[in-house]
Amino acid sequence: MFNAITHSQIYVLDQDQALDFYVGKLGLEVAADVDMGFMRWLAVSVPGHPERQILLERPGAPAMSEETAEQVRELVTKGAMGGWLILTTDDCRKTYETLLAKGVEFTEEPTERDYGIDCGFRDPFGNRLRFTQLKTA
Amino acid sequence: MSRAAEESNRRMLRARDAMDRAYAQPLDVPALARIAHVSQAHFSRTFRATFGETPHRYLQRRRVERAMFLLRETDHSVTAICFEVGFGSTGTFSRTFSDIVGRSPRTYRKESAPTGVPTCFTMAWTRPSG
Repeated sequence: MFNAITHSQIYVLDQDQALDFYVGKLGLEVAADVDMGFMRWLAVSVPGHPERQILLERPGAPAMSEETAEQVRELVTKGAMGGWLILTTDDCRKTYETLLAKGVEFTEEPTERDYGIDCGFRDPFGNRLRFTQLKTA
Repeated sequence: MSRAAEESNRRMLRARDAMDRAYAQPLDVPALARIAHVSQAHFSRTFRATFGETPHRYLQRRRVERAMFLLRETDHSVTAICFEVGFGSTGTFSRTFSDIVGRSPRTYRKESAPTGVPTCFTMAWTRPSG
């Protein structure tokens, strides 16, 4: 049957602002950026791992009506739509300090868990993200 | 929805995040309104319109959720947990906890068990409704 997850999707309200955040601040890289005229296919991935991409999709026409797009935008900004992206890092506390200095909004400071150290943050639109330094076996 | 409403949502979310993050601190309306960069009167009204409950109620329910977590996952005393999550007196804590959960903190502790699910999810999912 299946052997990998290659693409996931989250809604972003502005793709240029999303690039500033996901690439400029988080250090992900652009895996695809295709201007289709009516839509822009924009995906990012962890550097060196293009086999797993996240599509940064702007809600709007022609995929959905303006009214529906507004509802999606409202949910995103209320934090009710958020793609639960969870990333891994080799050093949670150092990454936290680095991103904090860049003005990233954290929802939770690095915290010890059974499975490692993790923390929570938001993207500029309201999506919820986390990153974890997994315990080494 | 206008871009102004989106910006307003985002500000209210920022204040709600502050309650989730710093629930043990004395977060009153003036402090939260400052975080959201709006006036106090505007803050309470807008927060309620955005999330369906007052900021005070949201904070109380977050504190109760955190108390449930500590009762379930640690052996801290009920009194210690009361202050750990930001309540000012054990009377208010017991009353608020029982109102929301339907059981006293001690009964809850006896009847619950650790969930084994990542805390970020239980925190979002088990914040008890009113």
